[in-house]
Amino acid sequence: MWRDAVVVGGKDLRVEMHSRVTTTQVAPYAILVLLLFGFAFDQNHAILSQAAPGLFWMAVLLCSMLAVQRSFALEAADGARDGLRLSGLDPAGIFLGKAAAVALQLVILEVVLGLGIAVLFGTTFHNPALLVLSAAAATVGLASAGTLYGMVAAGLRVRETLLPLLILPVVAPVLLGATQAWMAALGLTTADGWRWLTLLVSFAAIYVTFGVLSFSVLVEEA
Amino acid sequence: MVMVRRMLEYRGTGDRVTRILGLVTLVLVAVTAWLGLVVSPPDKVQGQLVRLIYVHPAAATACYVGFGLCAFASLAYLWPRTRSRRWDRLAAASAEIGVVFCILTLVTGSIWGRPAWGVWWTWDARLTLTALLLAVFLGYLALRRTGGDPDSRAKRCAVVAVVCALLVPVDHEATTWWQTLHQGNTILRPNPLIHGWQLLTMLISFVTYGFLFAWLLVHRYRVEVLEDRFEDEGYEVAIAERRAEGGVVTIGPSPVLSESLSVSTQKAGQS
Amino acid sequence: MDQVIHFRSAVALAGRFPVLAGADLDVARGEIVLLQGANGAGKTSLLRACAGLLRVAAGEAWVLGENLVADPRAVRRRIGLFGHSTALYEDLNAVDNVRFAVRASGGAVSAVVPAMERLGLTGRLTATSVGALSAGQRRRVALAVLLARDPELWLLDEPHAGLDAEHRDLLDVLVEEAVGRGATVVLASHEADRARRLAGRIVTVAGGVVSAQAPSLSPVQPEATAHVA
Repeated sequence: MWRDAVVVGGKDLRVEMHSRVTTTQVAPYAILVLLLFGFAFDQNHAILSQAAPGLFWMAVLLCSMLAVQRSFALEAADGARDGLRLSGLDPAGIFLGKAAAVALQLVILEVVLGLGIAVLFGTTFHNPALLVLSAAAATVGLASAGTLYGMVAAGLRVRETLLPLLILPVVAPVLLGATQAWMAALGLTTADGWRWLTLLVSFAAIYVTFGVLSFSVLVEEA
Repeated sequence: MVMVRRMLEYRGTGDRVTRILGLVTLVLVAVTAWLGLVVSPPDKVQGQLVRLIYVHPAAATACYVGFGLCAFASLAYLWPRTRSRRWDRLAAASAEIGVVFCILTLVTGSIWGRPAWGVWWTWDARLTLTALLLAVFLGYLALRRTGGDPDSRAKRCAVVAVVCALLVPVDHEATTWWQTLHQGNTILRPNPLIHGWQLLTMLISFVTYGFLFAWLLVHRYRVEVLEDRFEDEGYEVAIAERRAEGGVVTIGPSPVLSESLSVSTQKAGQS
Repeated sequence: MDQVIHFRSAVALAGRFPVLAGADLDVARGEIVLLQGANGAGKTSLLRACAGLLRVAAGEAWVLGENLVADPRAVRRRIGLFGHSTALYEDLNAVDNVRFAVRASGGAVSAVVPAMERLGLTGRLTATSVGALSAGQRRRVALAVLLARDPELWLLDEPHAGLDAEHRDLLDVLVEEAVGRGATVVLASHEADRARRLAGRIVTVAGGVVSAQAPSLSPVQPEATAHVA
């Protein structure tokens, strides 16, 4: 399973290195979203810095949708899906590999977006441990949930429109938890940020576990 | 099986049992309405508004039962030993009814909230959770409508339903930590705030919704059965037509697709 | 275990349409079998069913000693399917594509370069992303995958399509070499003359069933067995 995960994840990252879709398309899109938030809130710095964590995670959520769409668009092209099935790869390995590749791309996007909110919204970072840990947990959760639903929708004619409807309500707790944790980490609230981390970790754990268990069912169903 | 046979005789989803069930439901609805609107007195604090208590909590319960049933049936479908198309039909039927009751819950809650809290909507934990669940299950229903092979659709949907159910505790914690404003359970409190007719009416409303739920579920389930039947009945014809394309009249016995497709694919699906 | 493929009344569905309507097929180890039939007769479906990609919903289906009805996945690593789609990633270059496919199926990466050289994929062609290759070159990359994986059962769906004369000849040589190594080949082709020279036996598919399955192993079959659909 781990070997297969490395093979699949490595392939996805190699594709990204050649095509540079995330770096040349999704990252600029993410920055654009932040800019548009700035317009929407009429460049009010007080509101923007207060809302920065929420806007940050909203932008990450939108980007994760694109990353997942891209990840499965690869497999949809020219029978690649059949190739993947025919190779006899362990479905759990496919899941872990694809989710890891998406997660890694999200991490890069988060760094870009983090710089973005620091520059555009004037955010200052206080509690780096909580910040990084909650971001890591949220990223794993988003990537694994996205990969699971990406596979559910893969091969359906309506996947582009169906995918957001499936993913967005489900990842709502991630948005909530990550935003609250970051509010605490940025010193915007006095509430305890760490308990939100437990929530994010349990979300990620549920999706990773369930993805590993159920992916064989999904891969087989063309 | 007896049920299916009887159903096919009638060419519909009703039979004697559902008619009796429907009649009982109708009577119970009338009784609840009479008790709720005429017999039970207005509340000291909430006035006439209290009458929503005969609609709203029971609808919310029915909604949660529907979603719970859907998750349970989906799990039973995914479990190789219990895999059967019946569970898939049950999941489809209960999710749809759950969504109906969920919308009813949100609408009645909103109507109640406006005079009680002064707003149509508030970001209270339970409200938010219910709205989230509605969104999740609307996604589930959208997924159900995607075509393709019924067995692969069943598996896809079952995976989604189970993972949705796993998320309920997470969603619950998240929304609770986030905000809490809703009034707590009214009956289960050690010192109930409602008495006499109100309590009785409310309990009857739960029974009424229970019957309504069961009646809807039976019919909705049978619609799924009919749809499967409709498609399975075409199987023999489709095989014959497909063979005729090649100018072949018969080659050996027609391959048997035992009872319905679900049985044979059960074996195939165990991978 | 000399029987490589054993299908009895195999039914496979696309949605509700029976693409295979009770197909019987027997292929022994070391055979080269040609599937022929009109468009839409079920040749591709039969090959995909053999590969475990199309689920057999009813009937019996055994490939390389594995029961496809019970577990369509078990056999896949031992099968190579070369079909209409190349299953390549457009953004990867040729060598990365072949390397991924070989690694994914648990094969030896050392086989990659020789296989590519055999198909004339050297120099510039190996480093160009597949999206920039011509259709024929892509098919050669896909063939290199097949060769590098060297599966026990080769399933070829219109393998000659899109290849130039030189590589069509090469393909025939590769097939014969594979059989020499103990592999079994089932191919569907409309290139009747070329495929018949290659095949030891012709099986006619029509209307989702196998309408004629000649037991003889003589290289050229009389026209009589060919079923007119």
